[in-house]
Amino acid sequence: MTAEPLPPAVAVRSRGSARRRIGAMFMRHWFLLRGSWPRILELIYWPTIQMVLWGFITLHFQQNSSWVAQAGGVLISGVLLWDILFRGQLGFTISFLEELYSRNLGQLFVTPIRPWELVVALMGASLVRVGIGSTSAAILASFIFGYSIFDLGLPLAAFFLNLMMFGWAVGIAVIAVLLRVGLGGESLAWLVIFLVAPVSAIYFPVEALPDWIEWLAWCLPPAYIFEGMRSVLFGQGFRWDWLLGATLLNIACMVAVTALFLWSFEVARRQGLLLRTGE
Amino acid sequence: MQVVKVDRLSKRYGEVVAVDGISFTVEAGTCVGLLGGNGAGKTTTIAMMLGLLLPSAGTVEVLGADMARQRWRVLDRMNFSSPYVELPNRLTVRENLAVYGGLYGVDDVPGRIARLARDLNLEAFVDRPVGRLSAGEKTRVALAKALLNEPAVLLLDEPTASIDPDTADRLRSYLELFRRETGASIVLASHNMSEVERLCDEVLMLRAGKLVDRGVPAELVSRYGRSTLEEVFLDIARDRRREAAE
Repeated sequence: MTAEPLPPAVAVRSRGSARRRIGAMFMRHWFLLRGSWPRILELIYWPTIQMVLWGFITLHFQQNSSWVAQAGGVLISGVLLWDILFRGQLGFTISFLEELYSRNLGQLFVTPIRPWELVVALMGASLVRVGIGSTSAAILASFIFGYSIFDLGLPLAAFFLNLMMFGWAVGIAVIAVLLRVGLGGESLAWLVIFLVAPVSAIYFPVEALPDWIEWLAWCLPPAYIFEGMRSVLFGQGFRWDWLLGATLLNIACMVAVTALFLWSFEVARRQGLLLRTGE
Repeated sequence: MQVVKVDRLSKRYGEVVAVDGISFTVEAGTCVGLLGGNGAGKTTTIAMMLGLLLPSAGTVEVLGADMARQRWRVLDRMNFSSPYVELPNRLTVRENLAVYGGLYGVDDVPGRIARLARDLNLEAFVDRPVGRLSAGEKTRVALAKALLNEPAVLLLDEPTASIDPDTADRLRSYLELFRRETGASIVLASHNMSEVERLCDEVLMLRAGKLVDRGVPAELVSRYGRSTLEEVFLDIARDRRREAAE
């Protein structure tokens, strides 16, 4: 290290801060969204189609299933909350994929932005995407089927936060892989979350699963959330123990995937992958 | 004062040696050219200088920071431009520069963008998406991004690629002015010999990852008994170095 003072070369004042860098990255994704109506339409399209489909299934089951008849919103709530998880993960991962599509990663990582700041910015971008897609579907559900998920009240906020956290954890794991394999792993962004769908107890209780797989459901946060949602809808009250279980598991997942991401970033630096992020 | 210190720097990918134990320094306010054919190790060296790539051996210090471990300390005083990376195509030039202005923590980003748009002649397309620009226009935008934070150390990988001779000449003039006004140090990798002769105080000749010769452009030309730097480059690239220099 040199002990000599650095030359006063910089006439442009530089006031970098983590908040400013995160804001700049968030702005990058906001610019992308606001300039592309097909992207916004796509965000609204799938959650709405899903909600409409499950709304009609609900109407049918309300007349043929005593379980669904107990709480008319149980299936629609399931689909809307699942959509928050799915869109949370997808929004996070797609925002990262945008950097790969535009071969921008090499530019980004020579700016002062830290990997964790990029992750926080991607979380922000994911929140916006979920906000546009899932909120539109939820509002339409109240118009079309007379069911408002917002009637869940404060527990909805707890469910939302935990589902987003798990979605981001899965998203971080996916981008850790993408850093290593580039766009060759692109399909993971869409597929990987469905691995946990069968054991997430979205539309049925965990006890409906075969014994040999029930334990796996309780190892992942979504099962606690969807069980908690049913508990509220069936009038059995808000289960704090399940919220705590989901939160602790989410924290454990976050720690694990953050370690994976940082390791993957260092491997990418060692192998020169940050400059070669195409297919 | 040395703003860049590269010491016995190597990069291996398995059996392939991309950079093989090179050492050099860059003095404050000077421009150093990296010359060599394709695969000589120029881009790999620049990537290690930015901390984007970890060396297999050796060290790079920029503005006193070890770029393998402390690069965050100095990245806001560095910048680079390369044809191997791009800017988001769907964002306009102004949006891209605003994002990077924020990332580099530049004060008065709109003012800085206006100044660069004027200086680098981007005004006609500053509100057009980058994806709709010609290759030459994109290169100018990439250079604007590289100058956004008025870096103390600027790394340029083929900065005038795809640009017509007139625009390339203007950009070189601008780089000369930028260096004079700010005292910035520049490391330039280029295949354009006239560009290197015009801009660089010292040239480092690379072949197969090794630093095979170095010197002031005019001195190299005279030492090799040639009339242009391009002839010197060909001597080195074709391994006629020894007999030519002797």
